[in-house]
Amino acid sequence: MIGQSPLRTFIAHAVLILGILIVAFPIYYTFVASTHTLQTILRPPLPLLPGGQLWNNYSEALFGGIGRIGGVSVGRLLLNTTIMALGVAVGKIFISILSAYAIVFFRFPLRMTFFWLIFITLMLPVEVRILPTYKVMVDLGMIDTYAGLIVPLIASATATLLFRQFFMTIPGELVEAARVDGAGPWRFFFDILLPLSRTNIAALFVILFIYGWTQYLWPLLVTNSNDMNTIVIALRKMVSFADADTQWHLVMVTAMLAIVPPILVVVMMQRWFVRGLVESEK
Amino acid sequence: MATVDLKDVKKVYPSGVEAVKGVSIAIPDKELCVLVGPSGCGKSTLLRMIAGLETISAGTIAIDGKVVNAIGPTERDIAMVFQNYALYPHMKVYDNMAYGLRNRGTPKDEIDSRVRSTAKVLELSALLDRRPRELSGGQRQRVAMGRAIVRNPKVFLFDEPLSNLDAKLRGQMRIEIKNLQRSLGVTSVYVTHDQLEAMTLADILVVMNAGLVEQTGAPLDVYEKPASTFVASFIGAPPMNLLALTGASPSSVLADGTVIGLVPRQGKAVTLGFRPEDADITFAAEAPAGALALPATVEAVEPVGAESFIHCVAAGSRIVVRVSGRASAKPGDRLRVVARSEKLHWFDQTGKRVD
Repeated sequence: MIGQSPLRTFIAHAVLILGILIVAFPIYYTFVASTHTLQTILRPPLPLLPGGQLWNNYSEALFGGIGRIGGVSVGRLLLNTTIMALGVAVGKIFISILSAYAIVFFRFPLRMTFFWLIFITLMLPVEVRILPTYKVMVDLGMIDTYAGLIVPLIASATATLLFRQFFMTIPGELVEAARVDGAGPWRFFFDILLPLSRTNIAALFVILFIYGWTQYLWPLLVTNSNDMNTIVIALRKMVSFADADTQWHLVMVTAMLAIVPPILVVVMMQRWFVRGLVESEK
Repeated sequence: MATVDLKDVKKVYPSGVEAVKGVSIAIPDKELCVLVGPSGCGKSTLLRMIAGLETISAGTIAIDGKVVNAIGPTERDIAMVFQNYALYPHMKVYDNMAYGLRNRGTPKDEIDSRVRSTAKVLELSALLDRRPRELSGGQRQRVAMGRAIVRNPKVFLFDEPLSNLDAKLRGQMRIEIKNLQRSLGVTSVYVTHDQLEAMTLADILVVMNAGLVEQTGAPLDVYEKPASTFVASFIGAPPMNLLALTGASPSSVLADGTVIGLVPRQGKAVTLGFRPEDADITFAAEAPAGALALPATVEAVEPVGAESFIHCVAAGSRIVVRVSGRASAKPGDRLRVVARSEKLHWFDQTGKRVD
């Protein structure tokens, strides 16, 4: 708190409100568009207030199936994307917490070599290794499967490094106390390390869920059937630039629905890790 | 209920550093052994080797007559109290204490009764549902003790457990630890760098320096008969006054040429020492017979109430004299520091005691 004068408060609030308006208006406008008929949307200007088609548009999109993407419903798309985003987030956390555990708490030959190997993969984003990965997926018959969507994205150097940094802050005495208390590596991991990592896991989950949700290039390559599309891919397919038959009202509905799950995750997990942060304070 | 026997124990780190260079200690059942020494003397390494947290490079460690070199910390049946308490931050006090028992597969109701009775002894009963961060330093210390006691191990190991507490609490906890250890009758090894803690707690005092044992014995024996100049200057506050001798005979000569008419009964000494409380000051010109009498100049006087410390310069060295009550001397006074000959300590060239 720097100043308390009314003018400062007013300016601060004005700036904040302006910022919110700039960010929120396009989303609001998308919402407005999703509640009008296609005819209203195509005949400018678009009204600034929501129309009467909310129920019709949303139920058509969610349950009816959309023609341009092969009659798949948005519900199906949401399910696909949720499975993928959850799989990626949980898988990444699972793999990286175990690798970090091995690297920090165990002494084995070539430990640092493995660490650097993981570290180096940071420099190789999905796009760089996309051709070999695609070939492997084709050979394994994993095109158009959830596993094909999830597995190649699971390895995560970033999350491994984050867990490693956190594990290194755990005092050696705590590890030794656990050893004296008769906790083997397995028990130490579940009874002590995992509970202490809760906040890190929560924070990572939010980031990784959104990462998985917004993936574009990989799902585009690995899914051919419309049934297996993620919502981002489907959204892209629904918009046609050549033809005039883009069903803009359904595009808007899909866009609105696409942002709901990430928002839910952020809101729910935020409460969770704020509580975690307060709790772990020493 | 166990003895702890260390035979020629060595620790060499892969880097080549020799932290412990061959230590043998025998700790009888139910006794508290204190390892004391300056930082880097190897005392913590030695304790961690007893705990099984460090491997033993050479020699053997036996608990209850059984060599434990190849046994992990869990099977050694020891409990350890750490310097920073090392409580599990996400567990309640109750779970912190119960954790070791649970890992050993103790039945639930037995865990409960043991945790509760231990908590009662340590006055932690009201705190069982709290988490470590909600406790004060002293309470955390108690929980750490409780975690060790509840297991009812063969040996307690303490790694500087009081160094994070303030002076008053430290004094209080020192007495509590001693009483608990005595009433539980568990063999204990206690590491500290604080010579006061070492003196008050120990049944057996082990003074370590540079990876070796300088002296082992009952605290007061060590105090009264330090085996080396190192022990003499480490045990006791303020430390023993040490004066260098030229090594001339038959009479001893101080470094500045002062001749003193005393020699050790046997052997040849190059260092003369006496405790601050074994000396006195006198303004009389006549030196008493058969005593050391050093002409000295008072530099400073520190009255601390029940006693006073008189800091002097004699024969080019600084010495401290401890007198009870208020001191009659003031800075700048020229006087004699007197010490009876039977209270003098003599040390040879290697720093070893000669009598």
